[in-house]
Amino acid sequence: MSIWEYANPKKFMETSALLLPWLTGLSAALLGAGLFWGYFLTPDAAKFGSTIKIIYLHVPAAMMAISAWMMMLVASLIWLIRRHHVSALAAKAAAPIGLTFTLIGLVTGAIWGQPMWGTWWAWDPRLTSFLILTLFYFGYIALWQAIEDPDTAADLTAVLCLVGSVFAFLSRYAVLFWNQGLHQGASLSMDKQENVSDVYWFPLLVCIAGFVLLFVTLVLLRTRTEIRARRMAALLSRERLA
Amino acid sequence: MRALLLRDLRLAFRAGGGFGLSLAFFLMVAVIVPLGVGPAPATLALIAAGVLWVGALLAALLSLDRIFALDYEDGSLDLLATSPLPLGGVVAMKALAHWLTTGLPLVAASPILAVLLNLPTQGYVWLLVSLAIGTPALSIIGAFGASLTVGLKRGGLLLGLLVLPLYIPTLIFGAEVVKSGAEGASIGTPLAALAAITAGAWAGLPLAAAMAIRANLR
Repeated sequence: MSIWEYANPKKFMETSALLLPWLTGLSAALLGAGLFWGYFLTPDAAKFGSTIKIIYLHVPAAMMAISAWMMMLVASLIWLIRRHHVSALAAKAAAPIGLTFTLIGLVTGAIWGQPMWGTWWAWDPRLTSFLILTLFYFGYIALWQAIEDPDTAADLTAVLCLVGSVFAFLSRYAVLFWNQGLHQGASLSMDKQENVSDVYWFPLLVCIAGFVLLFVTLVLLRTRTEIRARRMAALLSRERLA
Repeated sequence: MRALLLRDLRLAFRAGGGFGLSLAFFLMVAVIVPLGVGPAPATLALIAAGVLWVGALLAALLSLDRIFALDYEDGSLDLLATSPLPLGGVVAMKALAHWLTTGLPLVAASPILAVLLNLPTQGYVWLLVSLAIGTPALSIIGAFGASLTVGLKRGGLLLGLLVLPLYIPTLIFGAEVVKSGAEGASIGTPLAALAAITAGAWAGLPLAAAMAIRANLR
Protein backbone atom coordinates (compact mmCIF):
# COMPACT_ATOMS: atom_id res chain seq x y z
CA MET A 1 0.00 0.00 0.00
CA SER A 2 1.61 3.21 -1.08
CA ILE A 3 0.41 6.51 -2.38
CA TRP A 4 1.56 5.56 -5.89
CA GLU A 5 -1.29 3.09 -6.06
CA TYR A 6 -3.52 6.04 -6.88
CA ALA A 7 -1.42 6.78 -9.94
CA ASN A 8 -3.27 3.90 -11.54
CA PRO A 9 -6.14 5.59 -13.38
CA LYS A 10 -8.58 2.82 -12.52
CA LYS A 11 -7.76 2.97 -8.83
CA PHE A 12 -7.88 6.77 -8.99
CA MET A 13 -11.33 6.74 -10.60
CA GLU A 14 -12.68 4.33 -8.00
CA THR A 15 -11.30 6.23 -5.03
CA SER A 16 -12.25 9.65 -6.33
CA ALA A 17 -15.78 8.44 -7.10
CA LEU A 18 -16.08 7.41 -3.47
CA LEU A 19 -14.62 10.64 -2.12
CA LEU A 20 -16.30 13.16 -4.39
CA PRO A 21 -19.80 13.29 -2.87
CA TRP A 22 -18.34 13.69 0.62
CA LEU A 23 -15.92 16.39 -0.48
CA THR A 24 -18.62 18.22 -2.39
CA GLY A 25 -20.97 18.18 0.56
CA LEU A 26 -18.31 19.16 3.05
CA SER A 27 -16.98 22.07 1.01
CA ALA A 28 -20.50 23.31 0.32
CA ALA A 29 -21.33 23.12 4.03
CA LEU A 30 -18.14 24.86 5.12
CA LEU A 31 -18.43 27.58 2.48
CA GLY A 32 -22.11 28.12 3.23
CA ALA A 33 -21.51 28.26 6.97
CA GLY A 34 -18.40 30.41 6.72
CA LEU A 35 -19.92 32.91 4.32
CA PHE A 36 -23.18 33.11 6.24
CA TRP A 37 -21.32 33.58 9.51
CA GLY A 38 -19.07 36.17 7.92
CA TYR A 39 -21.73 38.14 6.11
CA PHE A 40 -24.60 38.15 8.55
CA LEU A 41 -23.30 37.39 12.03
CA THR A 42 -20.24 39.61 12.35
CA PRO A 43 -20.33 43.34 13.15
CA ASP A 44 -19.05 46.03 10.78
CA ALA A 45 -15.41 46.92 11.40
CA ALA A 46 -14.61 50.34 12.80
CA LYS A 47 -12.35 51.49 9.99
CA PHE A 48 -13.66 49.42 7.13
CA GLY A 49 -17.40 49.50 7.66
CA SER A 50 -19.21 46.68 5.95
CA THR A 51 -16.54 46.44 3.22
CA ILE A 52 -14.57 44.18 5.56
CA LYS A 53 -16.88 41.36 4.59
CA ILE A 54 -15.31 40.91 1.20
CA ILE A 55 -12.34 39.50 3.10
CA TYR A 56 -14.16 36.15 3.24
CA LEU A 57 -13.87 35.82 -0.52
CA HIS A 58 -10.73 37.79 -1.16
CA VAL A 59 -8.26 36.16 1.21
CA PRO A 60 -9.17 32.48 0.62
CA ALA A 61 -9.25 32.99 -3.16
CA ALA A 62 -5.87 34.67 -3.11
CA MET A 63 -4.39 31.94 -0.93
CA MET A 64 -5.75 29.20 -3.17
CA ALA A 65 -4.49 30.98 -6.29
CA ILE A 66 -0.93 30.52 -5.04
CA SER A 67 -1.57 27.05 -3.60
CA ALA A 68 -2.99 25.89 -6.92
CA TRP A 69 0.24 26.83 -8.66
CA MET A 70 2.20 24.97 -5.97
CA MET A 71 0.04 21.91 -6.50
CA MET A 72 0.65 22.14 -10.25
CA LEU A 73 4.37 22.36 -9.57
CA VAL A 74 4.32 19.21 -7.43
CA ALA A 75 2.15 17.34 -9.95
CA SER A 76 4.46 18.40 -12.79
CA LEU A 77 7.48 17.15 -10.88
CA ILE A 78 5.78 13.81 -10.26
CA TRP A 79 5.00 13.56 -13.97
CA LEU A 80 8.57 14.38 -14.99
CA ILE A 81 10.11 11.98 -12.49
CA ARG A 82 7.69 9.05 -12.33
CA ARG A 83 5.66 9.48 -15.53
CA HIS A 84 2.26 8.98 -13.91
CA HIS A 85 -0.36 10.20 -16.36
CA VAL A 86 -2.89 10.99 -13.66
CA SER A 87 -0.42 13.44 -12.20
CA ALA A 88 0.00 15.33 -15.48
CA LEU A 89 -3.77 15.42 -15.96
CA ALA A 90 -4.27 16.71 -12.42
CA ALA A 91 -1.85 19.56 -13.15
CA LYS A 92 -3.77 20.31 -16.34
CA ALA A 93 -7.06 20.20 -14.46
CA ALA A 94 -5.85 22.53 -11.71
CA ALA A 95 -4.68 25.36 -13.99
CA PRO A 96 -8.06 26.87 -14.97
CA ILE A 97 -9.22 26.60 -11.37
CA GLY A 98 -6.13 28.42 -10.17
CA LEU A 99 -6.65 31.06 -12.83
CA THR A 100 -10.24 31.54 -11.69
CA PHE A 101 -9.14 31.95 -8.07
CA THR A 102 -6.52 34.48 -9.18
CA LEU A 103 -9.15 36.47 -11.06
CA ILE A 104 -11.55 36.30 -8.09
CA GLY A 105 -8.74 37.60 -5.91
CA LEU A 106 -8.02 40.46 -8.30
CA VAL A 107 -11.65 41.42 -8.83
CA THR A 108 -12.69 41.29 -5.18
CA GLY A 109 -9.51 43.20 -4.38
CA ALA A 110 -10.48 45.91 -6.86
CA ILE A 111 -13.99 46.09 -5.40
CA TRP A 112 -12.53 46.36 -1.94
CA GLY A 113 -9.87 48.84 -2.98
CA GLN A 114 -12.28 51.26 -4.58
CA PRO A 115 -13.98 52.46 -1.36
CA MET A 116 -10.90 51.92 0.83
CA TRP A 117 -8.04 53.39 -1.20
CA GLY A 118 -10.18 55.39 -3.61
CA THR A 119 -8.86 53.48 -6.59
CA TRP A 120 -9.63 50.23 -8.37
CA TRP A 121 -6.04 49.52 -9.13
CA ALA A 122 -2.67 50.59 -7.81
CA TRP A 123 0.73 49.26 -8.85
CA ASP A 124 1.22 47.95 -5.37
CA PRO A 125 3.73 45.06 -5.13
CA ARG A 126 1.11 42.53 -4.11
CA LEU A 127 -1.35 43.53 -6.80
CA THR A 128 1.36 43.55 -9.43
CA SER A 129 2.69 40.13 -8.51
CA PHE A 130 -0.81 38.74 -8.71
CA LEU A 131 -1.27 40.21 -12.14
CA ILE A 132 2.00 38.55 -13.15
CA LEU A 133 0.78 35.25 -11.72
CA THR A 134 -2.29 35.59 -13.96
CA LEU A 135 0.01 35.91 -16.96
CA PHE A 136 1.84 32.73 -15.97
CA TYR A 137 -1.48 30.88 -15.72
CA PHE A 138 -2.50 32.14 -19.16
CA GLY A 139 0.77 30.97 -20.69
CA TYR A 140 0.53 27.55 -19.06
CA ILE A 141 -3.06 26.96 -20.19
CA ALA A 142 -2.32 28.24 -23.69
CA LEU A 143 0.59 25.81 -24.04
CA TRP A 144 -1.64 22.87 -23.04
CA GLN A 145 -4.17 23.94 -25.63
CA ALA A 146 -1.66 24.41 -28.41
CA ILE A 147 0.00 20.99 -28.45
CA GLU A 148 -1.85 18.03 -29.88
CA ASP A 149 0.19 15.06 -28.68
CA PRO A 150 -0.82 14.59 -25.02
CA ASP A 151 2.54 13.27 -23.78
CA THR A 152 4.53 16.03 -25.45
CA ALA A 153 2.08 18.57 -24.06
CA ALA A 154 2.46 17.12 -20.57
CA ASP A 155 6.25 17.21 -20.83
CA LEU A 156 6.45 20.75 -22.15
CA THR A 157 3.92 22.21 -19.74
CA ALA A 158 5.67 20.48 -16.84
CA VAL A 159 8.99 22.05 -17.83
CA LEU A 160 7.25 25.41 -18.25
CA CYS A 161 5.70 25.04 -14.81
CA LEU A 162 9.11 24.40 -13.22
CA VAL A 163 10.82 27.30 -14.96
CA GLY A 164 7.76 29.50 -14.50
CA SER A 165 7.77 28.86 -10.77
CA VAL A 166 11.34 30.10 -10.47
CA PHE A 167 10.58 33.19 -12.51
CA ALA A 168 7.28 33.88 -10.76
CA PHE A 169 9.19 33.77 -7.49
CA LEU A 170 11.85 36.11 -8.89
CA SER A 171 9.15 38.45 -10.16
CA ARG A 172 7.65 38.63 -6.70
CA TYR A 173 10.92 39.94 -5.27
CA ALA A 174 11.72 42.07 -8.28
CA VAL A 175 8.33 43.76 -7.92
CA LEU A 176 8.91 44.40 -4.22
CA PHE A 177 12.18 46.06 -5.14
CA TRP A 178 10.73 47.97 -8.08
CA ASN A 179 8.05 49.65 -6.07
CA GLN A 180 10.34 50.88 -3.32
CA GLY A 181 10.43 54.63 -3.30
CA LEU A 182 7.53 54.92 -5.71
CA HIS A 183 4.87 54.87 -3.08
CA GLN A 184 4.52 53.53 0.38
CA GLY A 185 2.28 50.67 -0.68
CA ALA A 186 -1.25 50.65 0.64
CA SER A 187 -1.12 48.42 3.66
CA LEU A 188 -2.83 45.09 3.27
CA SER A 189 -1.97 44.05 6.78
CA MET A 190 -5.58 42.99 7.32
CA ASP A 191 -4.29 39.65 6.06
CA LYS A 192 -2.21 39.12 9.11
CA GLN A 193 -3.69 37.20 11.93
CA GLU A 194 -2.72 39.66 14.64
CA ASN A 195 -4.49 42.49 12.87
CA VAL A 196 -7.81 40.77 12.58
CA SER A 197 -9.83 40.36 15.70
CA ASP A 198 -11.23 36.92 16.47
CA VAL A 199 -14.71 37.96 15.41
CA TYR A 200 -13.48 38.04 11.80
CA TRP A 201 -10.74 35.46 12.15
CA PHE A 202 -12.90 32.40 12.89
CA PRO A 203 -15.36 32.76 10.00
CA LEU A 204 -12.35 33.52 7.80
CA LEU A 205 -10.76 30.24 8.86
CA VAL A 206 -13.95 28.36 8.00
CA CYS A 207 -14.05 30.04 4.60
CA ILE A 208 -10.41 29.17 3.93
CA ALA A 209 -11.08 25.53 4.80
CA GLY A 210 -14.11 25.66 2.50
CA PHE A 211 -12.04 27.05 -0.35
CA VAL A 212 -9.35 24.40 0.12
CA LEU A 213 -11.97 21.64 -0.06
CA LEU A 214 -13.64 23.34 -3.00
CA PHE A 215 -10.31 23.33 -4.81
CA VAL A 216 -9.69 19.64 -4.04
CA THR A 217 -13.22 18.76 -5.17
CA LEU A 218 -12.91 20.67 -8.43
CA VAL A 219 -9.47 19.23 -9.19
CA LEU A 220 -10.71 15.67 -8.61
CA LEU A 221 -13.76 16.32 -10.76
CA ARG A 222 -11.79 17.86 -13.59
CA THR A 223 -9.12 15.17 -13.43
CA ARG A 224 -11.86 12.55 -13.78
CA THR A 225 -13.14 14.41 -16.81
CA GLU A 226 -9.64 14.51 -18.29
CA ILE A 227 -9.17 10.78 -17.71
CA ARG A 228 -12.50 10.02 -19.38
CA ALA A 229 -11.59 12.29 -22.30
CA ARG A 230 -8.26 10.48 -22.63
CA ARG A 231 -10.01 7.09 -22.61
CA MET A 232 -12.47 8.28 -25.21
CA ALA A 233 -9.67 9.52 -27.46
CA ALA A 234 -7.96 6.13 -27.11
CA LEU A 235 -11.18 4.29 -28.01
CA LEU A 236 -11.81 6.52 -31.00
CA SER A 237 -8.30 6.08 -32.37
CA ARG A 238 -8.55 2.30 -31.89
CA GLU A 239 -11.82 2.35 -33.82
CA ARG A 240 -10.22 4.32 -36.61
CA LEU A 241 -7.40 1.80 -36.88
CA ALA A 242 -9.70 -1.21 -36.90
CA MET B 1 30.56 23.66 -30.32
CA ARG B 2 32.59 26.41 -31.86
CA ALA B 3 31.76 25.08 -35.30
CA LEU B 4 28.08 25.19 -34.39
CA LEU B 5 28.38 28.78 -33.19
CA LEU B 6 30.19 29.83 -36.36
CA ARG B 7 27.62 28.04 -38.49
CA ASP B 8 24.75 29.83 -36.80
CA LEU B 9 26.49 33.17 -37.09
CA ARG B 10 27.21 32.61 -40.76
CA LEU B 11 23.61 31.63 -41.41
CA ALA B 12 22.35 34.70 -39.61
CA PHE B 13 24.65 37.03 -41.53
CA ARG B 14 24.21 35.56 -44.98
CA ALA B 15 20.56 34.59 -44.99
CA GLY B 16 19.65 38.19 -44.17
CA GLY B 17 16.33 39.20 -42.75
CA GLY B 18 16.66 38.42 -39.08
CA PHE B 19 19.90 40.19 -38.33
CA GLY B 20 19.16 43.82 -39.11
CA LEU B 21 15.47 43.48 -38.52
CA SER B 22 15.38 43.49 -34.73
CA LEU B 23 17.78 46.41 -34.66
CA ALA B 24 15.48 48.32 -37.00
CA PHE B 25 12.56 47.40 -34.78
CA PHE B 26 14.41 48.76 -31.74
CA LEU B 27 14.94 52.01 -33.63
CA MET B 28 11.24 52.11 -34.53
CA VAL B 29 10.19 51.82 -30.90
CA ALA B 30 12.49 54.66 -29.91
CA VAL B 31 11.07 56.84 -32.69
CA ILE B 32 7.43 55.97 -32.21
CA VAL B 33 7.24 56.54 -28.47
CA PRO B 34 8.05 60.28 -28.57
CA LEU B 35 5.51 60.64 -31.39
CA GLY B 36 2.95 59.06 -29.10
CA VAL B 37 3.66 60.78 -25.80
CA GLY B 38 4.75 64.16 -27.10
CA PRO B 39 8.20 65.77 -27.43
CA ALA B 40 8.50 67.40 -23.97
CA PRO B 41 12.14 66.73 -22.95
CA ALA B 42 11.27 66.29 -19.27
CA THR B 43 8.69 63.56 -19.99
CA LEU B 44 11.04 61.77 -22.34
CA ALA B 45 13.90 61.87 -19.85
CA LEU B 46 11.60 60.29 -17.28
CA ILE B 47 10.52 57.37 -19.45
CA ALA B 48 13.68 56.89 -21.54
CA ALA B 49 15.10 54.06 -19.44
CA GLY B 50 11.88 52.09 -19.45
CA VAL B 51 11.19 52.62 -23.14
CA LEU B 52 14.67 51.50 -24.17
CA TRP B 53 14.41 48.35 -22.06
CA VAL B 54 10.93 47.50 -23.28
CA GLY B 55 12.16 48.11 -26.82
CA ALA B 56 15.07 45.72 -26.26
CA LEU B 57 12.64 43.13 -24.90
CA LEU B 58 10.32 43.32 -27.89
CA ALA B 59 13.19 43.37 -30.37
CA ALA B 60 14.60 40.21 -28.82
CA LEU B 61 11.16 38.60 -28.86
CA LEU B 62 10.74 39.19 -32.59
CA SER B 63 13.70 37.10 -33.61
CA LEU B 64 13.24 34.23 -31.13
CA ASP B 65 11.35 31.76 -33.29
CA ARG B 66 14.31 31.70 -35.69
CA ILE B 67 16.56 30.14 -33.06
CA PHE B 68 15.26 26.62 -33.62
CA ALA B 69 12.50 26.81 -36.24
CA LEU B 70 14.67 26.58 -39.37
CA ASP B 71 16.78 23.76 -37.97
CA TYR B 72 13.65 21.94 -36.89
CA GLU B 73 12.15 22.18 -40.36
CA ASP B 74 15.15 20.92 -42.30
CA GLY B 75 16.02 18.21 -39.78
CA SER B 76 19.34 19.59 -38.55
CA LEU B 77 17.92 19.74 -35.05
CA ASP B 78 17.42 15.96 -35.06
CA LEU B 79 21.05 15.56 -36.11
CA LEU B 80 22.22 17.92 -33.41
CA ALA B 81 20.16 16.06 -30.82
CA THR B 82 21.70 12.72 -31.76
CA SER B 83 25.23 14.14 -32.06
CA PRO B 84 27.74 13.55 -29.24
CA LEU B 85 27.36 17.19 -28.20
CA PRO B 86 25.24 17.64 -25.07
CA LEU B 87 21.94 19.14 -26.16
CA GLY B 88 22.18 21.75 -23.41
CA GLY B 89 25.42 22.93 -25.00
CA VAL B 90 23.74 23.13 -28.40
CA VAL B 91 21.01 25.31 -26.89
CA ALA B 92 23.57 27.54 -25.20
CA MET B 93 25.52 28.00 -28.44
CA LYS B 94 22.37 28.82 -30.36
CA ALA B 95 21.33 31.34 -27.72
CA LEU B 96 24.83 32.83 -27.82
CA ALA B 97 24.60 33.18 -31.60
CA HIS B 98 21.20 34.85 -31.13
CA TRP B 99 22.70 37.27 -28.65
CA LEU B 100 25.69 38.09 -30.85
CA THR B 101 23.45 38.84 -33.82
CA THR B 102 20.58 40.67 -32.08
CA GLY B 103 21.55 41.59 -28.52
CA LEU B 104 25.04 42.95 -29.11
CA PRO B 105 24.09 45.31 -32.00
CA LEU B 106 21.25 46.52 -29.84
CA VAL B 107 23.62 47.32 -26.97
CA ALA B 108 25.89 49.18 -29.38
CA ALA B 109 23.02 51.18 -30.88
CA SER B 110 21.35 52.04 -27.58
CA PRO B 111 23.34 55.26 -26.80
CA ILE B 112 22.24 56.76 -30.12
CA LEU B 113 18.62 56.03 -29.34
CA ALA B 114 19.13 57.37 -25.83
CA VAL B 115 19.94 60.74 -27.43
CA LEU B 116 16.60 60.64 -29.22
CA LEU B 117 14.85 59.95 -25.93
CA ASN B 118 16.76 62.60 -24.01
CA LEU B 119 18.23 60.26 -21.41
CA PRO B 120 20.18 62.24 -18.75
CA THR B 121 23.93 62.08 -19.48
CA GLN B 122 24.79 60.18 -16.32
CA GLY B 123 22.56 57.37 -17.50
CA TYR B 124 24.51 56.48 -20.67
CA VAL B 125 27.13 54.33 -19.00
CA TRP B 126 24.52 52.44 -17.01
CA LEU B 127 22.34 51.97 -20.08
CA LEU B 128 25.25 50.30 -21.84
CA VAL B 129 26.21 48.27 -18.80
CA SER B 130 22.69 47.11 -17.97
CA LEU B 131 21.90 46.13 -21.57
CA ALA B 132 25.24 44.36 -21.94
CA ILE B 133 24.57 42.34 -18.78
CA GLY B 134 20.84 41.90 -19.27
CA THR B 135 20.35 41.07 -22.95
CA PRO B 136 22.15 37.68 -22.71
CA ALA B 137 19.45 36.68 -20.23
CA LEU B 138 16.81 37.73 -22.79
CA SER B 139 18.44 35.47 -25.38
CA ILE B 140 18.63 32.34 -23.23
CA ILE B 141 15.14 32.79 -21.75
CA GLY B 142 13.91 33.30 -25.29
CA ALA B 143 15.70 30.16 -26.45
CA PHE B 144 13.87 28.24 -23.72
CA GLY B 145 10.55 29.66 -24.91
CA ALA B 146 11.43 28.84 -28.51
CA SER B 147 12.28 25.26 -27.52
CA LEU B 148 8.78 24.87 -26.06
CA THR B 149 7.02 26.06 -29.21
CA VAL B 150 9.35 24.65 -31.86
CA GLY B 151 6.97 21.85 -32.83
CA LEU B 152 4.00 24.13 -33.37
CA LYS B 153 2.80 25.39 -36.72
CA ARG B 154 1.84 28.82 -35.51
CA GLY B 155 3.86 29.26 -32.36
CA GLY B 156 4.61 32.95 -32.77
CA LEU B 157 1.88 34.46 -30.63
CA LEU B 158 2.12 31.71 -28.04
CA LEU B 159 5.86 32.30 -27.82
CA GLY B 160 5.20 35.90 -26.83
CA LEU B 161 2.67 34.84 -24.23
CA LEU B 162 5.11 32.35 -22.72
CA VAL B 163 8.27 34.41 -22.82
CA LEU B 164 7.14 37.89 -21.80
CA PRO B 165 6.16 36.90 -18.22
CA LEU B 166 9.58 35.27 -17.88
CA TYR B 167 11.20 38.54 -18.97
CA ILE B 168 9.61 40.53 -16.16
CA PRO B 169 12.39 40.26 -13.52
CA THR B 170 15.08 41.09 -16.10
CA LEU B 171 13.09 44.09 -17.28
CA ILE B 172 12.49 45.41 -13.78
CA PHE B 173 16.10 45.20 -12.67
CA GLY B 174 17.50 46.37 -16.01
CA ALA B 175 15.32 49.46 -16.18
CA GLU B 176 15.99 50.12 -12.51
CA VAL B 177 19.76 50.21 -13.10
CA VAL B 178 19.37 52.82 -15.85
CA LYS B 179 16.86 54.88 -13.90
CA SER B 180 18.89 54.98 -10.70
CA GLY B 181 22.06 55.56 -12.69
CA ALA B 182 20.49 58.51 -14.50
CA GLU B 183 19.41 60.00 -11.20
CA GLY B 184 22.88 59.50 -9.77
CA ALA B 185 21.57 57.10 -7.12
CA SER B 186 23.36 53.91 -6.14
CA ILE B 187 22.86 51.02 -8.56
CA GLY B 188 24.59 48.18 -6.71
CA THR B 189 21.57 46.07 -5.81
CA PRO B 190 19.67 46.02 -9.12
CA LEU B 191 22.91 45.54 -11.04
CA ALA B 192 23.87 42.57 -8.90
CA ALA B 193 20.36 41.12 -9.23
CA LEU B 194 20.45 41.59 -13.00
CA ALA B 195 23.81 39.83 -13.24
CA ALA B 196 22.49 37.05 -10.99
CA ILE B 197 19.48 36.50 -13.26
CA THR B 198 21.70 36.32 -16.33
CA ALA B 199 24.14 33.91 -14.70
CA GLY B 200 21.36 31.75 -13.24
CA ALA B 201 19.44 31.67 -16.51
CA TRP B 202 22.53 30.59 -18.47
CA ALA B 203 23.27 27.92 -15.92
CA GLY B 204 19.81 26.36 -15.69
CA LEU B 205 17.77 27.11 -18.78
CA PRO B 206 19.90 25.27 -21.38
CA LEU B 207 19.07 22.04 -19.53
CA ALA B 208 15.36 22.83 -19.37
CA ALA B 209 15.37 23.80 -23.05
CA ALA B 210 17.17 20.55 -23.92
CA MET B 211 14.44 18.63 -22.12
CA ALA B 212 11.77 20.50 -24.06
CA ILE B 213 13.51 19.88 -27.38
CA ARG B 214 13.78 16.16 -26.66
CA ALA B 215 10.05 16.06 -25.91
CA ASN B 216 9.35 17.92 -29.14
CA LEU B 217 11.49 15.64 -31.29
CA ARG B 218 10.05 12.43 -29.91
